[in-house]
Amino acid sequence: MRIKSYLAYPQEGRKEELARSISNVEGCAVIPAKNRDVLIVITDSENQAADDRLRQRLECTESLKWLAMVSGFSGSERQSNV
Amino acid sequence: MYRGWTDRRGFIKKMAALSAMTAASAIFPGILFPEAQEWLGTGSEGLDWKKSPCRFCGVGCGLLIGIKGGKAVAVKGDVRSSVNKGLCCVKGYHSIMAMYGKDRLTKALVKRDGAYVETPMADALDLVASQIERTVEAYGKDAVSIYGSGQWTIPDGYVASKLFKGCIGTNNVEANARLCMSTAVTGFLTSFGLDEPMGCYEDIDHADVFVLWGNNMAEMHPVLFSRLLDQRLKRKGVKIIDFATRTTRTSMAADRSILFQPQTDLAVANAICHEIIENNWVNRVFVESHCSFRKGLTQMGYGLEDHYEFKDQSEKIDFKAYKKFLADYTPEKVEKRSGVSAKDIKYMASLYGDPNKKVMSFWCMGMNQHTRGTWIQNLVYNIHLLTGKIASPGNSPFSLTGQPSACGTVREVGTLTHRLPHGLVTNERDRAFAAKIWQVPAKNISPRPTYHTVEMFRALDRGDIRFMWIQVTNPMVTLPKLKRYRNGAQKADRFIVVSDVYPTPTTDVADVILPSAMWIERAGMYGNSERRTQYFEQMVEPPGEAMSDTWQLIEVARRLGFERQFSYEEETHIEEIYAEYRKHHDNDKHNMAPLSVLQSQPGAMWPYVRGKSTKWRYNLKYDPACTNGKDFHFYGKPDGRAVIWQRPYEPAPEVPDEAYPYWLCTGRVLEHWHTGSMTRRIPILHRAMPHAYVELNPADAKRLQIQTGDGVKIRSRRGEITLPAAVNQRGVPAPKQVFVPFFDENSLINELTLDAFDPISKQPDYKKCAVRVEKL
Repeated sequence: MRIKSYLAYPQEGRKEELARSISNVEGCAVIPAKNRDVLIVITDSENQAADDRLRQRLECTESLKWLAMVSGFSGSERQSNV
Repeated sequence: MYRGWTDRRGFIKKMAALSAMTAASAIFPGILFPEAQEWLGTGSEGLDWKKSPCRFCGVGCGLLIGIKGGKAVAVKGDVRSSVNKGLCCVKGYHSIMAMYGKDRLTKALVKRDGAYVETPMADALDLVASQIERTVEAYGKDAVSIYGSGQWTIPDGYVASKLFKGCIGTNNVEANARLCMSTAVTGFLTSFGLDEPMGCYEDIDHADVFVLWGNNMAEMHPVLFSRLLDQRLKRKGVKIIDFATRTTRTSMAADRSILFQPQTDLAVANAICHEIIENNWVNRVFVESHCSFRKGLTQMGYGLEDHYEFKDQSEKIDFKAYKKFLADYTPEKVEKRSGVSAKDIKYMASLYGDPNKKVMSFWCMGMNQHTRGTWIQNLVYNIHLLTGKIASPGNSPFSLTGQPSACGTVREVGTLTHRLPHGLVTNERDRAFAAKIWQVPAKNISPRPTYHTVEMFRALDRGDIRFMWIQVTNPMVTLPKLKRYRNGAQKADRFIVVSDVYPTPTTDVADVILPSAMWIERAGMYGNSERRTQYFEQMVEPPGEAMSDTWQLIEVARRLGFERQFSYEEETHIEEIYAEYRKHHDNDKHNMAPLSVLQSQPGAMWPYVRGKSTKWRYNLKYDPACTNGKDFHFYGKPDGRAVIWQRPYEPAPEVPDEAYPYWLCTGRVLEHWHTGSMTRRIPILHRAMPHAYVELNPADAKRLQIQTGDGVKIRSRRGEITLPAAVNQRGVPAPKQVFVPFFDENSLINELTLDAFDPISKQPDYKKCAVRVEKL
């Protein structure tokens, strides 16, 4: 299990289009900011290879300007919180 | 959108989303993710949602907390709350995690032969009570003390005051709010005669201009700041002016960032008043009907020596004398001292002076932690009074607070040496009134205030105080000139009790550590910056033998023989205490809402009169306590008039020189709340901001050949510390200034700060002292 979160920056004026495009990608969830041109993207894939493919697909999205990874969790990582 | 996750998968995704929100909040001030609410709530079916104010800052956001299996497992903003309207900041979203750190204190610990020994709670409370008795017997009542905080719930502070002032008979009751907002109190008292803002957060929805006075609101009060940004998006012409000593995330989001040299806000505020008068922007009808003019003593000193005392003496002046005084504060003269161009001063004055603009001024620690803090608050009130922009929707000078109940508990319950829940210890009538409600003889309450916080810790060091009970605060991180006070607390014949939820540098100096129930592990109330009192019920059980601070105090009071005064039932004690507390404020100027109201809605604002919160005090349209027959009534003053004060610029006690050429300013960061004892135990927040740093101006860094990450030694006349450098990172200080946050207990910046304070409020100045900077 590979779960990652990113900040995705759209090309100018294409935030909604970017949100729609990424939402349609299997394994991706999108939380758009209300007052800034940035989206949170959470990806979920089964293994490293699938994760690599997912990232490549995201990076090919036309309305995407820049994708910055914030956090990554692998299946072996233990969580210590609630 | 992907929906098919398992519980563990869903949980990890939520953590990933929260990490991204944390990062985005650090990059973009005031950023909002309204859809996060729904997203984070996915998979939370079957939770029991209960309302509570947030545990952290003084904004008082309404939260809904999801409970499952006896555990708090989810948080969302309460859309019913008029404070945050469903929004949360990153700390709020993570708040429940602060209860579940691995090293929670769950058992009482008693120091024996230098080591802490787990002890049954009842035995530890016996020891605390007997130590109070022994100390009083050997050294007198004023040798015992309690030091609480703006995180005390209202019942905590109330029983603390009742026990120490009413029963034991000492005024050695102080709280850390002395370090964060006592200047706000003296500002309000000197200008208006009564504490706390006249307006409320709803002012934000009406104001055209927001002037932030030394207030990094984007990081310290992010939800309120997002409301400012929201108004700017919605309404044409709304402007945010950041007036500060360093460039921050707030400056970057503001329409205008204006930097001033430390301490010179006094001069700039006077120059704004000068311009308002010169340009005939004075609201003469308002000033003539509702204001008086006074001047006080000057050259007061800075409280650097033990036993320092000061009492202001004021005299009436007239408008003509005030105008003459301001002749020394022309924008051109002030430009030289402050570094603020005359053009910028005139610009700020024009915003306040424009009769068609509604203006809010916000401030917090920049103006409060200031050796002339009461004066600068007076001066900002002067601006609003001269223009009549006060006590009406959108026209509001607004002092923000940093703790969830600095207002509700410390200011309203009165857990400071000179205060009672209603009135002052020096006033015979006030003492008799409190004594009657407390069921103690009036002579029990001493008419003499003892020690304010800095002097209280000096007294501990000197040996005038021998016993101190510290609850829900971390003075061994927050006190200025820390080394002296830590050494004092560690002296062999001092007895320190600390009630807290985690080990801290303060529990390290304790003789007895009592495990406390935290936030929703017990019931209570907090009062926020806008006079809003909010109730929370007990939602989960505290761990181990942890007990609420309220009940710890009650248990000790009973052991000291005050069973009659503390005869509350365990099941109903919060309700009983609140009902008793309300009696102290039973009048149109301060009536508190009944508990049933607080239970049914996200809080109520006092004065709560005839079933209604008062949004704007002193304004006849909104405030039933106005009785002078005019449109405004400043009823805190005997003549019903607010005071416009003549207060000059005076320099800080320690200014940079050849040996120590840099100003040091300390403060907070977005991710951590105050000393970080809770937020540093939340992994996402800790990872986002793992340690303290020193911000340098890029030109200084270049000259000293320092880059981000390099080790830098900061040295003052009191101590030294080594920190990694931050150049052009989150904040950028002006040349010859450095900034260091205080959240990191491994890098105690208060070893370096100065224990100078405002002589009127006795609040220390953490924003200005002189340091040397060396690359390692």
